[in-house]
Amino acid sequence: MATQTPTTAALDQARSRGQRPLWLETVHEWVTTVDHKRIGLMYIGYALFFLIVAGFEALLMRIQLAIPNNTFVSPQTFNRLFTMHGTTMVFFVGMPILFGFGNYLIPLMIGARDMAFPRLNAFSFWISAFGGLLLYFSYLGGDGLYGMGSAPDVGWFAYAPLTARVFSPGHSTDYWTLSLLLTGIGTIGTALNIVATTICLRCPGMKLNRMPLLVWIYLVTSLLAFVAIGPLTAAQIMLMLDRYAGAHFFDTQAGGSAVLWMHFFWIFGHPEVYILVLPAFAFANEIIPVFSRKAIFGYPAMVAATVGIGFISLSVWAHHMFTVGMGAWANTFFTFATMIISVPTGIKIFNWLATLWGGRIHFTVSMMFAVGFLFQFLIAGLTGIMLSVAPFDWQLGSSYFVVAHFHYVLVGAILFMLFSAFYYWYPKMTGRMLSEKLGKWHFWLFLIGFHLTFDLMHIPGMLGMPRRIYTYEADRGWAILNMLVSSGAVFQSIASLLFVWNLVHSYFKGAIAGSDPWDAWTLEWSTTSPPPPYNFAVIPTVSSRRPLWDLKHPEDADSNYEM
Amino acid sequence: MLAIRYGERFAGRMLFTPGDGQTNIFRPAGTSAHSIFGLSMLVLTITLCIFLVVASLLLYALLRYRHRASSPESEQEPAQIYGSTQIELSWTVIPVLIVVVLFLATARVILSSEQPHEPPGALDVIVIGHQFWWEYRYPKLGIVTANELHIPVSDPSHPTPTYLTMSSADTDHSFWVPRLAGKMDVIPNKINVMSLESQIPGLYLGQCAQYCGTQHAKMLLRVYVDTPANFAAWTSRQKQPALEDAAAAEGRTVFQLNACISCHTVQGTAATGRFGPDLTHLASRDTIASGAVINTAANIRAFVDNPAHFKPGALMPPMHLNEHDLDAVTAYLTTLK
Repeated sequence: MATQTPTTAALDQARSRGQRPLWLETVHEWVTTVDHKRIGLMYIGYALFFLIVAGFEALLMRIQLAIPNNTFVSPQTFNRLFTMHGTTMVFFVGMPILFGFGNYLIPLMIGARDMAFPRLNAFSFWISAFGGLLLYFSYLGGDGLYGMGSAPDVGWFAYAPLTARVFSPGHSTDYWTLSLLLTGIGTIGTALNIVATTICLRCPGMKLNRMPLLVWIYLVTSLLAFVAIGPLTAAQIMLMLDRYAGAHFFDTQAGGSAVLWMHFFWIFGHPEVYILVLPAFAFANEIIPVFSRKAIFGYPAMVAATVGIGFISLSVWAHHMFTVGMGAWANTFFTFATMIISVPTGIKIFNWLATLWGGRIHFTVSMMFAVGFLFQFLIAGLTGIMLSVAPFDWQLGSSYFVVAHFHYVLVGAILFMLFSAFYYWYPKMTGRMLSEKLGKWHFWLFLIGFHLTFDLMHIPGMLGMPRRIYTYEADRGWAILNMLVSSGAVFQSIASLLFVWNLVHSYFKGAIAGSDPWDAWTLEWSTTSPPPPYNFAVIPTVSSRRPLWDLKHPEDADSNYEM
Repeated sequence: MLAIRYGERFAGRMLFTPGDGQTNIFRPAGTSAHSIFGLSMLVLTITLCIFLVVASLLLYALLRYRHRASSPESEQEPAQIYGSTQIELSWTVIPVLIVVVLFLATARVILSSEQPHEPPGALDVIVIGHQFWWEYRYPKLGIVTANELHIPVSDPSHPTPTYLTMSSADTDHSFWVPRLAGKMDVIPNKINVMSLESQIPGLYLGQCAQYCGTQHAKMLLRVYVDTPANFAAWTSRQKQPALEDAAAAEGRTVFQLNACISCHTVQGTAATGRFGPDLTHLASRDTIASGAVINTAANIRAFVDNPAHFKPGALMPPMHLNEHDLDAVTAYLTTLK
């Protein structure tokens, strides 16, 4: 495509003709950048780093749990491991990696040159990143003057009153509180930016009903983040006041309420689950149609389902609290709200199925991960329905069944779709293809490891094994299962290393991608790979949801069919 | 070396002690666990059917519509289909109907299992969660005990449920004995209630199911459902003050001259502490340290010497007694039948 104008061509030449920049100049350029693509890549890099850290924590926990009465780590260490694993994965892996892809893709997909507020974008990234570093600094500074350093050990949802100073002396809990406060500020900033960008910067012709579904979903996710982060921040401030200013919000010894913290936390916590999973749907909405060679089935229904999930997800939080004694009517209401959210979610799965139906499905590595996502998300949804049945939850809640269920969502759905997104957009980001051969090894090893770990993990839960225990009795019948679950973690670790190697190796040696390696249809594929700093030399004009399809098939343009 | 060491442990600890499902939620032995079991079978059946239908459709689509390089039209794009209102309506309405059925079945169980009032003829027990042990008080019988809950078996013709009133002395805990009932959280500054009822005598195991601190893992639960005769014998013994065994007088003195009495109660003596478990009838229990180890003189001695031996992170400090005093206290504690 002739997207180069004489001015921009001269600009590109001037950039490429210069001397190779010094190492320090490169660092300076990245640290001071306000370019949405670089910020996106920094988000992704930072999240991958923490993915490895938190994955390693998970591996240590699985070694400890492989056999009963193990002494590989002490209970204190184990409790810190699961707290750090959960907090890191949610706040410093899930959120930044999804925002990273959003930052990178949204302006490209709507034909814009950058986000609406580039400086706010940089600020949000750096403050979130500082939050992550602060959390890990707790390993050195957690107990301050009291003794050796230590990380938080209160669990990622930090139920009161375990966080009160009498039960959590030292400063480890403060590091947890402050790092979440900081990353919350970054999240709000990015969410604001995404909303402003999608509302204001769409290219000519891109009406809301022509926006790629990915952008729609990021819009809903960002609006959810506005609502969800507030209560979390409020709760963190209340906790700080409790700990240092003599307030008694959650101080049960002085009449405070432990249940109040649970409400605050889960009003944040459940929308948060959807903030994390919606972007996975977003990737699926872009990737599945391209590799099925068909338009997404039921675009308006997909938008409606996304908005519906967004709304309903605000009223399901207390299904995390079926066992706290809320009373029969509250349990009944939250059972209903939780069950009904399966309807819009089901619509999504059926629409993906209908997109595959009648297509010509190309099983690239990206598509293989997307197919894994479809099956695993289906199962995660069905175990979610089991847990929404309050009486069943009285048995399954807080057990390993729940751990297996939400890892099915977080790993089986979100991480699989993230891998799919990496294989799909890496060529755009770097200009080179990831190795498909290594990718297949990565896929199959990860798939085996995933199912070994998380399928079997449901069973100890049904056999009465609670979560967050550093060891367990030998006579409960959980031992063989736990050994198998742990062995799956080894497969997943090896697969992850292969993936990291693929990322690094392909950056230097991968096949040259060209601007449109997948024969795709959205605007990001109309510019070079990687795109120039200004994205598009000429702002594109679109007349349908698939501008590149129209260009490639002028005789059968989408604009003739869309409502 | 490490592999061999762990390999031996693996063989010794697991293969020769297979679990018999004593905490399996699908082996209900209590009224409440039974009603949950019935509902869960319905839920499992429905979700399994949904899985089979959707997964086979997915599998079919993936195989049937895969790209075949050999086929003549492989280079062409397939027909583009943008949606179908009827089909989409059907896969909205059918799930709504399934949800309604599931919801009504669930609501019935939720509403019927709530018991804000004590059922007639019930035995009253107050459950207090502590870091990391359970305190049980029987107000009508005047019994205080720890970690091992005894309740009478319930006869269908003459039901004798046990009504638990629960709260916590420190952090959040959760009372979960899977074969008897679902879990109920034990929360400070909040009173929760639940009913336990079983028609099958026996020992039922469980453990704390809400993270409560360092030793959450060894805050185990043991519920003994006793036959009427056994329960009567147990209550009559527990109502007695502590046995005064002259042979253990020296141990009693050591016990009373040390910090033991600030945390533990032994009825009828100067020991009136309430921070730790009541020890009046310690020797009548099968386990110590909240179910962590069986109740033998050797284990008691090791635990008094240093509780971290079995439960690192337990709140009881090492007592720093000399060997002689340790023996004496152990001898005293083993007489507290």
